[in-house]
Amino acid sequence: MTTQVRELPVVRKAKPAARPAPLHGVPLSVCLLVLGALLVLAILVAAAVGSVSVSVGDSWRIVWAHLTGSSPGVNRAYDQIVWNFRIPRVLLAALCGAGLAVAGVVLQALVSNPLADPFILGVSAGGSVGAVVVMALGAGALGGLGVSGAAFLGAMVAVALVFLLGQQRGRLNPVRLVLAGVAISYVFSSITSFLQLQTEPNNMRQIMFWLLGSVSGAHWSQLQVAGIVVVAVTVLLTLYGRQLNALVTGDESATALGIDVKRLRILLIVLTSLLAGVLIAVAGGIGFVGLMVPHLVRLAFGVDHRRLLPLAALVGAIYLVIVDLLSRTVDPPNELPLNILTALFGAPFFIWLMRRDRSLANS
Amino acid sequence: MKLSVNDVSVAIGGTPILHDVSLSVAPGEFVGLIGPNGSGKSTLLRTIYRSVKPSSGSVLLGDADVWTISARSAARRTAAVLQNSPTPPGLTVQEVAALGRTPHKGMFDRETAEDHEIVVDALTRTGMLGYADRIYGSLSGGERQRVLLARALAQQPELLVLDEPTNHLDIRARFELLDLVHTVGVTTLAVLHDLDLAARSCDRLVVLEAGRVVASGPVLEALTPEVLSDVFGVTAVTERHEDGIVRVTYGARPLARAS
Repeated sequence: MTTQVRELPVVRKAKPAARPAPLHGVPLSVCLLVLGALLVLAILVAAAVGSVSVSVGDSWRIVWAHLTGSSPGVNRAYDQIVWNFRIPRVLLAALCGAGLAVAGVVLQALVSNPLADPFILGVSAGGSVGAVVVMALGAGALGGLGVSGAAFLGAMVAVALVFLLGQQRGRLNPVRLVLAGVAISYVFSSITSFLQLQTEPNNMRQIMFWLLGSVSGAHWSQLQVAGIVVVAVTVLLTLYGRQLNALVTGDESATALGIDVKRLRILLIVLTSLLAGVLIAVAGGIGFVGLMVPHLVRLAFGVDHRRLLPLAALVGAIYLVIVDLLSRTVDPPNELPLNILTALFGAPFFIWLMRRDRSLANS
Repeated sequence: MKLSVNDVSVAIGGTPILHDVSLSVAPGEFVGLIGPNGSGKSTLLRTIYRSVKPSSGSVLLGDADVWTISARSAARRTAAVLQNSPTPPGLTVQEVAALGRTPHKGMFDRETAEDHEIVVDALTRTGMLGYADRIYGSLSGGERQRVLLARALAQQPELLVLDEPTNHLDIRARFELLDLVHTVGVTTLAVLHDLDLAARSCDRLVVLEAGRVVASGPVLEALTPEVLSDVFGVTAVTERHEDGIVRVTYGARPLARAS
């Protein structure tokens, strides 16, 4: 017997995607710097453009002045428009994009399903019920809770139910989780539909708009909670990147690598539900971002979660800032809900990427 | 490091799987765990890499009870190569092997140059260094098993457990893989399906049937014609050939009951 091992003389079929993603080798710091700069630029452009447009330079001066406490030297009305109306809105779009992309990445790993999105565990359906109850029946219906509070409450109730139903012999079973999520979502959707039919017609537009996602109502006071939750959860999840990498190689394999899979799953569900719940409370059910951006970032930058999570956050943020900009500029003076554009704009690009790279089909 | 499994019993969902199983693997030894399907081989391995907790009995690695130390410190001592793991889409060979460093790293630890060296060394020993930037999912079955072995080596384990590592591999890849495990020289407990392969490559064999150890010892003592007939239901003999290799030879009508 020889101890020297030679390579197998195997005739291989053409194997596409044997090479890593195109930007796999670029250091994380460089990617973060470039995407971070792009995000700042996108935010400034989005804050400059609108029914009253200012130059990107002025938009920068206004933001800079407010951050440093100096005088912007720009027309006060412009200052008002940019700083009090557009910047909160643009930042909220960025936070939603970032948070939803991060939640999507983690849930896809958690239930090992490429079709998972931040709402797969019922967050969206539950949040919608909460919000629609308040919009259709008035604030008194849930003890004075506002639309946001009610949406968060509904989202958490739905996730808690899915969580309980997703257990099997004391363990969370990914397949059961997904199926429970789908079932609970249907139940909650039917409640939402019923409430919509019962409500007065003049409530309908508001409800429709909320269900399709929008950041148009953003103001500074909302941003704090959303900002803290998105940033803190993203950082925390990135610290769990190594464990997430192990988790996608299977439960048994992760266990053999010293990971308490059961505890990790619970922690991930709690964190992503919090993230998705907070975002649905402030911006409604923005779809597609949390499904698409994770795949997009994987195809471009590779699948190591320690890279994937921060990069997905930035790409998601940039993406939703652009989509929100489009939503208020393509059909002036009307505003479109975000969901109409996230999919319309994103899907063709995604399909192109998917066809270009066959690593998805390979798995 | 010495592995001792002492009177381990396991029941999953009320169904007993293992009954008072005891075995030991001496440092540097390669022990094969064989038995028909459903005899509890994989479950036994799971009690060792800390996936299924025994309802009674203990699993000792050196002096440490695997089930009283933390999952992470257990994984620093025991590495497993398992069957039927899902293929993570997009991970490169390097990234898969580097997962072996997981139990050595806390949440805030970054990968150091030393970690990188350990991973490169593991890939070199398994002959997979040239594949480091390839996508794991695009490799052949034999190559994947080597990468998983590299991952296990990157764990710097004192014990290696292998669950049917040669499953689905073509014949050459089977021999190569077992050769490789021998070269690596880590204490190994391996579930093997192919009796002939087990007979020729293991120092000792442990035979499981319906959750009980029915035979164990050096290959020729454990894999007797009686065991082959009673446990595996085939007519066969195990003998050492002139070249020093132990082989299993199946009878003319292997399904006929041995007398």
